[in-house]
Amino acid sequence: MREITLQRFTLSIIIAAALMLFLPVIMNTFVLTPLLIYGMLGMSLGLIWGFGGILCFGQAAFFGLGAYAYAISAINIGESTIPMLIAVMVPAIFAAVLGAMMFYGRLGDVYLGVITLVVTLIFFKFMNSTAGPDYVIGTARLGGFNGIPGFQTLNIPGLPDDYIYGDSLYYVTFVLLVVAYWLVNWLLQSPFGRVAVAIRENEQRVSLMGYDIRARKTILFAIGGAIAGLAGALFANWAEIVTPGLFSLSQTAEIIIWCIVGGLGTRLGPILGAAGLAYLKFLLGQQAFIDNTIIMGLILVLFVLFLPKGLIPAIESVWKLSVGKRRRCHPSRRRKGRAITNG
Amino acid sequence: MDLAAVIVVETVYVIASLVLISAGLAIVFGMMKVINLAHGEFMMMGGYAAITAVNLGINIYVAILVIAPLVVGVIGLIVERLVIRHLYGRLVDTMLATWGLSLFFVGIVTMIFGNTTTGISTPIAGITVGNYQINGYNFFIIVVTILLVLAIYLVLKSTRLGLIARGTMQRSDMASALGYSPDRIYMATFFVGSAVSGLAGAVLAPLVGLGPSSGGAYIAKAFITVIAGGPSVIAGLISSGTVFGIVNQFFTFAMSPVIGEVALLVCAVILLRLLPQGITARFFKGKM
Repeated sequence: MREITLQRFTLSIIIAAALMLFLPVIMNTFVLTPLLIYGMLGMSLGLIWGFGGILCFGQAAFFGLGAYAYAISAINIGESTIPMLIAVMVPAIFAAVLGAMMFYGRLGDVYLGVITLVVTLIFFKFMNSTAGPDYVIGTARLGGFNGIPGFQTLNIPGLPDDYIYGDSLYYVTFVLLVVAYWLVNWLLQSPFGRVAVAIRENEQRVSLMGYDIRARKTILFAIGGAIAGLAGALFANWAEIVTPGLFSLSQTAEIIIWCIVGGLGTRLGPILGAAGLAYLKFLLGQQAFIDNTIIMGLILVLFVLFLPKGLIPAIESVWKLSVGKRRRCHPSRRRKGRAITNG
Repeated sequence: MDLAAVIVVETVYVIASLVLISAGLAIVFGMMKVINLAHGEFMMMGGYAAITAVNLGINIYVAILVIAPLVVGVIGLIVERLVIRHLYGRLVDTMLATWGLSLFFVGIVTMIFGNTTTGISTPIAGITVGNYQINGYNFFIIVVTILLVLAIYLVLKSTRLGLIARGTMQRSDMASALGYSPDRIYMATFFVGSAVSGLAGAVLAPLVGLGPSSGGAYIAKAFITVIAGGPSVIAGLISSGTVFGIVNQFFTFAMSPVIGEVALLVCAVILLRLLPQGITARFFKGKM
């Protein structure tokens, strides 16, 4: 992995800022905001799966938990600053507990997948069944299948009447995504991140070196949960309603597809994969000829079969190959090449 | 007394349906170490095949017991040749690819049949026990499940095909050295596994409202039953099916059906935490 230098940092901030100002020119911010949120969600799984080697089938659980935690606490508190924090903390703590249970039990890949999937389903089933007036947290009714509408959306900290919505929500989301991205970057550069990657490569060896794998995996898992929770809270603010659909199997499947398509083990891949595929889904949703689950399914199958490393690594290797060739190219051959293109 | 009888029948029925739901997945996982996440969609397609056949005027038992397994078996065969064949030995990749397939099938079925719920009525009348009424079709499901498990057991235990299949399951390199093509055997196994999934879907079709996304309701249960069961196909299925069935029914009668479902899932998580290799890795070792 390349070092973080001041130069690279500044460059990426400039690019991000330019992108942030340019994107609303070509697209509606109402469409853009969820793309960014999905990017953040993709990044959270990209972190724990791509760099930690933990295949979690339940990232949607943390996403949904963040959204619900936000909605419930926002109704009770009536101001959005503390609920945002709660929405990050609750999934993080939940992920830590769940992760501790799994990693201290030394469960393998498949079993991890089953448990995370099952936990997501428990949430889905439970939330769907909370329709009655008995299911109340504080003053917030859980609402069952219909979800929770009408909670306090994001406002400027301390000023409950100054809502952040529309364009400003887009800018806030963008900034939060960039901040989260750099936090992830910094984490991966730190000794903790390097050991996490080492655990992915060879768990036994790292444990023989004296690192506590279980604790490290648990912490990484909790960080992934926190980021997913933040994405969930932002999503709740954008949609202005939370429903049990956030916990659904298709939501979980989509997160995994984003990561596979974007490229595992890359930092930008899952973000771009998420935003790109979510946009594709949005476009496909505007026509009724082909059901868009067909496309999503086909994309997943084809990528697993033909491009298991994902788009970003593939593009990178093609780019390196072409650049490398050009550098190694002899002057005479280069002239020949030019002659061909001219002819 | 009547209530006790009803509870016993209901519990046996839940265990039977869990075993039935999971059998196809268990065959494929136990024999080939492939987890087919499109299993639920195979069942859903089995249900649609049966319903379509019944609507075309075919006898309901023929539709359920013959047509649905054949149709889904053939679909499974195509899937195996096109996709799964390339991914043997890569457990996580097969899970992802079959998940993609499951989305694909949901989409296809939505396009063909529309996103509506269909169904057929049960062919067997209810039975009255004292003050209670038991769905007669439940007995049909129990009988089919027992016959199915017996059939799988007999095929594996006492036919030459079963012997070859078991041999390949244990040491595929040895089987291929003895002149049997693992490729062919895996293909046949996947066909049988898919056909059993199709049968299960069709048998359950009269009880549920069938829609394109009903597969999702089955896959999680089947998945955890098979994984919790562990390496032995039949002993694993029966043991984990029994545990989950009893837990589910206990909480269903004590509290509510939703709590029953949630209890089943929680029980699965705890069971996997305690026995991470499945029940049959610890108990009933070496059985089939």
